[in-house]
Amino acid sequence: MNNITDIVIIGAGPAGLSAAINAVTRGKTIRIFSNNDNYLSKAERVDNHLGFYNISGKDMMNQFIEHAENMNVNIENKKAVNILPLGESFLVNINGEIIESKKVILAMGISKVKEIAGESNLLGMGVSYCATCDGMLYRNKKAIVWDLSHDALKEANYLKDIGVNVTFVSNKNPSDELNPEIKYIKGTIKEIKGNNKVESILVDDKEIEAEAVFILREAVAPTALIDGLETENGFITVNRNMQTNIDGLYAAGDCTGKPLQISKAVSEGLIAAQHAAKEIDN
Amino acid sequence: MSEKILHLDTKQFDEVINKEKLVLIDFWATWCAPCRMLAPVIEKIAEQYDGKLVVGKVDIDEQQELAIRYGIQSIPTVILFKDGKVVAKEIGVKPLKAFTSLLDSEIA
Repeated sequence: MNNITDIVIIGAGPAGLSAAINAVTRGKTIRIFSNNDNYLSKAERVDNHLGFYNISGKDMMNQFIEHAENMNVNIENKKAVNILPLGESFLVNINGEIIESKKVILAMGISKVKEIAGESNLLGMGVSYCATCDGMLYRNKKAIVWDLSHDALKEANYLKDIGVNVTFVSNKNPSDELNPEIKYIKGTIKEIKGNNKVESILVDDKEIEAEAVFILREAVAPTALIDGLETENGFITVNRNMQTNIDGLYAAGDCTGKPLQISKAVSEGLIAAQHAAKEIDN
Repeated sequence: MSEKILHLDTKQFDEVINKEKLVLIDFWATWCAPCRMLAPVIEKIAEQYDGKLVVGKVDIDEQQELAIRYGIQSIPTVILFKDGKVVAKEIGVKPLKAFTSLLDSEIA
């Protein structure tokens, strides 16, 4: 294990970036990860964040990013797949790279993850969220890659390279970047079937045999990311310091609940980062 | 690496689970990043339960027969054996608490 990072931040929207600049201001080392566009950059117009008005979401987001980058915050375009609390610190799996940190702030926005039938009960028994983590287990075996994010193509090619018999399921048109030896099926996975291990999947109404399914969404749902995280109605439960039920783990922004607003996200990011920084100093 | 953790091949594995009452085995591989995450948890278990539990590791690339025998579909997989039989299986990276509550109920 290399140097221990003070604070790892998952998500780089208004909450994550606010946490980042506040952590840096307090002299803390950070790493911040984001794998997707956030809602703000898609908002047509924003008028309710003090000091900014009549501005497009995209322009506002760009100003947030510019501000953070000017404070030497480097947003890494990578996906967190697992977080393990060790008591004094955390181990964070960023698509195969393991990082140790003192605190973790979840700021991944609202989860658009819709689990499919069979997914959670077969997780770890053929269902995987990380090709680089589990791919080697399925060399010479039949695996499905479900294209739900921009990095799914790359991961499918990786699996093919290490000798997995890959089938790519996607709603998009076939891409030139996909290894031409990979079988391509247009459609949506409706269900994963199997008893204690993945046996087949349903793509629309067609059943296909497989031993593994790599579900590659833009982000992993917070409850799948960390074991035992308390949520209420799909939002992460936090106190006024933005602490979750897991010691050293914070959450900020839309992932903690309504109102889903920029000003709230920015404030919560600040509170989480300042509290985390204070705890590290104590 | 803790000296309390045994690195077992298939023959040694069979001897250990048949001889010892309670054995915890971490099935892993060198290429597996989540296994590296779990390693410090396994070391803590070995220290905390020293004398009450035998803790071992099996590299599934080297001991494929064992991986097949226990249907290892994903690693890390940790299996608790009591009198040579599987009593519990934890798949994936889990916090220490997940293991201690299980072990405490088996040891009590």
